[in-house]
Amino acid sequence: MRYLSFWISLFALVLFSCSGKSKQQDNPKDVVSASPSIEETKSSENEVKFPVYNFDSFEPLLHKEDNTIYVVNFWATWCKPCIEELPYFEKVNAEFKDDNVKVVLVSLDMPSMWKSRLEPFVEKKGLQSEVVILDDPKQNTWIPKVSEEWGGGIPATLIYNKSKRSFYERGFTYEELTNELNQFIN
Amino acid sequence: MKTFKILGALILLISMASFVTTTSAEKGYDIGDTTSDFSLKNIDGKMVSLSDYSDAKGFLVIFTCNTCPYAVAYEDRIIELDAKYKSKGVPVIAINPNNPVAKPGDSFEKMKVRAKEKGFTFPYLLDEGQKVYPQYGATRTPHVYLLEKTASGNVVKYIGAIDDNYQDASKVEEKYVEDAVDAMLAGKEIKVTSTKAIGCTIKV
Repeated sequence: MRYLSFWISLFALVLFSCSGKSKQQDNPKDVVSASPSIEETKSSENEVKFPVYNFDSFEPLLHKEDNTIYVVNFWATWCKPCIEELPYFEKVNAEFKDDNVKVVLVSLDMPSMWKSRLEPFVEKKGLQSEVVILDDPKQNTWIPKVSEEWGGGIPATLIYNKSKRSFYERGFTYEELTNELNQFIN
Repeated sequence: MKTFKILGALILLISMASFVTTTSAEKGYDIGDTTSDFSLKNIDGKMVSLSDYSDAKGFLVIFTCNTCPYAVAYEDRIIELDAKYKSKGVPVIAINPNNPVAKPGDSFEKMKVRAKEKGFTFPYLLDEGQKVYPQYGATRTPHVYLLEKTASGNVVKYIGAIDDNYQDASKVEEKYVEDAVDAMLAGKEIKVTSTKAIGCTIKV
């Protein structure tokens, strides 16, 4: 019996820690405050095709509470392993649409590269997934807010839905990516 | 009862799995660890070890390279750090951790070219065979380790970024490395001992 109650309490602990986490994410203040600052950054960078976020305006994209599974990939055009795994994210975005999966490609390219490298790259590769730019030099502040596990290396990927999230500071093969994703779909 | 057993086993398995991933991600030196010395080839062809610097009070071991845009953005600031702290006994020791086979732009020859172009005032070493960066636990470039020389060896005092603005040196609000070195040399407590930054993953 002692054995049983141990496991029940452990299970309760796991449940509790999960619900605590999702409560944290459900912060309507973040969502409301996000929209004006996006507009601000957008208008000042109206040259660039993709939305430009600072971390405060970007953060709500990491905590959506709808029925979608978000695959948020941090990359840059200068990051070779990132470029190598991009086709797998594109494939996932296309093939898992019916499972409510959405890929967001978060470019960490520097401002000087947005017009010269990022735009031509996205066009040339014909990327279909949503591309956004995260431009916030205060990296030591925001990196831990994406994940405490993240040291700052890219490629890095966050997969989340409203009840679960996993972070990976590494590159993926297509098989590895779909394996991780399937844990969210099932 | 059986269901609970299965459930319990499942939870145990999951918690073990997450434990394994956490520990494997935390390799390398921590603050307070004593480092082992290395012997790496400098761009002038000579081998360099930390034990060569008998008068040093410490070292700024910086993993950097030619090709990473973040490393390039910090080149001038690395030169400034060496200019400021070498005379105070804390020289910069730059190490290129990338495998030139995977990243031809970081070959030994290209390192020589880049060092000459920029006028590096510090050793720029190639981590041949890529054995040193894993000991440190460096994951990206640039990645700074401040070491303090003590009677028992070189002790890690700070790990992380140079400052809090890679884009614009004039907009820097916190000079993490300078603050750490200043505190160390003054015998004071280092307030921020580790920071995170986006960088290029090390090419193996």
